[in-house]
Amino acid sequence: MKRLVPMWIAIIAGFVMLLSAFFPITESLGETVGDVFNVVAAIAFILGAGSLAKVNLAKISRRDQGWGYAAITLICFAITLVVGLGKIGVPPNTQFPLLAWSGEKNADGSIFGWIYEFALVPITSTMFALLAFYVASAAFRAFRAKNLEAILLLSTAFIILLGRTFAGVVLTGWLPDWASGLRLENLSVYIMQVFNTAGNRAIIIGIALGVTATSLRILLGVDRSWMGSGD
Amino acid sequence: MKPSKAWVIIVSVILLLVGIRMSIGQGMARAYVERVDQSVEVKANDKHGASTEKWTEWHSVAPKKFEAAQMADQSQTKIVFSLANTIGLWLAAFFTLAIFSFLYRDNPGYRLAEAVIIGVSAAYWGVVGFWDTLVPKLFGALTPTLVHDQVLPSLPAPSIGQVVAMYFALALGLMLLMRLAPKGGWISLWPIAFIIGVTAGLKIVSHVESDLVAQSVATFKPLVQPVVGAEGGWMLWPTIWASLKNILLVVGVLCCLTYFFFSVEHKGVAGRAARIGIMYLMITFGAAFGFTVMGRVALLAARIEFLFDDWLWLIDPAGKRIVEVATAAGSMLCWW
Repeated sequence: MKRLVPMWIAIIAGFVMLLSAFFPITESLGETVGDVFNVVAAIAFILGAGSLAKVNLAKISRRDQGWGYAAITLICFAITLVVGLGKIGVPPNTQFPLLAWSGEKNADGSIFGWIYEFALVPITSTMFALLAFYVASAAFRAFRAKNLEAILLLSTAFIILLGRTFAGVVLTGWLPDWASGLRLENLSVYIMQVFNTAGNRAIIIGIALGVTATSLRILLGVDRSWMGSGD
Repeated sequence: MKPSKAWVIIVSVILLLVGIRMSIGQGMARAYVERVDQSVEVKANDKHGASTEKWTEWHSVAPKKFEAAQMADQSQTKIVFSLANTIGLWLAAFFTLAIFSFLYRDNPGYRLAEAVIIGVSAAYWGVVGFWDTLVPKLFGALTPTLVHDQVLPSLPAPSIGQVVAMYFALALGLMLLMRLAPKGGWISLWPIAFIIGVTAGLKIVSHVESDLVAQSVATFKPLVQPVVGAEGGWMLWPTIWASLKNILLVVGVLCCLTYFFFSVEHKGVAGRAARIGIMYLMITFGAAFGFTVMGRVALLAARIEFLFDDWLWLIDPAGKRIVEVATAAGSMLCWW
């Protein structure tokens, strides 16, 4: 029972979505199932929040190493949640001025918008920017032109990088018109249009075949590994 | 040198430079806002009478606008200094430097920024899910009057089917939350089954339609691609070039697919094709690597621009301030 019901839920929900693509009469049913999916996914955020609170509160109560950071996480979480759900500082929508909650949640002047602009954006973008150093460092340590494959990978990366910068244009700008195809900016376009397209296309086709096969196995009840090994 | 000593030196140098910068020229890192008085006439209806609703909004503006307003009228109060946004600017600069400090080694500043982002981003996406999905779809169907009167007056009345579907969604959502309960967590497998089933159904259609079929169709290219000139005849070199492009593309896709086809041993013709496929894939990975590096470097440039433009006021690429920024930068360099 504990495994049979979920399996049939997955099969029915999956076939409804599948059929809605083929039969116009079931299109609205497919949209409704899609809405239910979105709502369940949004409720899953509450599960995530509960899990975050559980883990961090346990850390604080045990006075684990770094429990102060867990407290900061919880405080930031609570503040953002309260100001976001309460739309604190959000001006009303000019079309519906009598409705206090009609305004955009991260409007200019709101506390939620302030947190987004001055905490979320700087930290996330700097974290991604940090990867520039680590990618460069990893490339320096790992990339060695030992064989033909490695040489191809390295040289393509250099051509693409240089071809999209001013330095690349300057470096090969002296080439005559009849050899303009060898200029780095043109070479990088050619690589992107031909070799990169071919490689990516094969990868995409492979992924599509894999996803279709896995999805079909789930919908036919053959693959039940997603239920875990518990009873 | 001990790590603590190194940190004292680094922080001291940063504070010294910031202190010097604050005392030179225009100073640095100040934010301004413009007051916008809103006034909207509300027509009478069966719930309320006619009225005029007034409120004030504050919008961020460039320092240049404040300076221009001050030059025109010293006593103006339309564009004013914003303490909240200025604190925000300093906080953003602190977070940026704290994250960058990880390049040297792990430290409390980095861990603080990390703790903040975990809490803020979890709550941010929770709030987005609440206002963008739960309110219009779930509450809009289950408590339509409340949503209509308080949040979204333009929301249409839900149909019976939508109401039933949302009760079903609520039930699944509550089952999902049972995962946090000490007993009965197994019931959370039902909503997970629903999510898995819907995703599987959607993915089959989308991947077959947009990836498998579309990409296969795009690969069927003419191996001889005539390029016709102004006089109507074939142009030799452009035709060869365009045909070569198509041949390389088709051969590349077939060879890469051969490499991914593991049911046949990669020997003989299949082996040679797979080897060519590996070459293509290496070029693809090289291009992907190049693009990743470029994307990250672009982000890095944006953060450095934030520090030097918005925070330190040493550069002004967008012309946000009136006074020559070169003066401030020059003074600082001279002092140094």
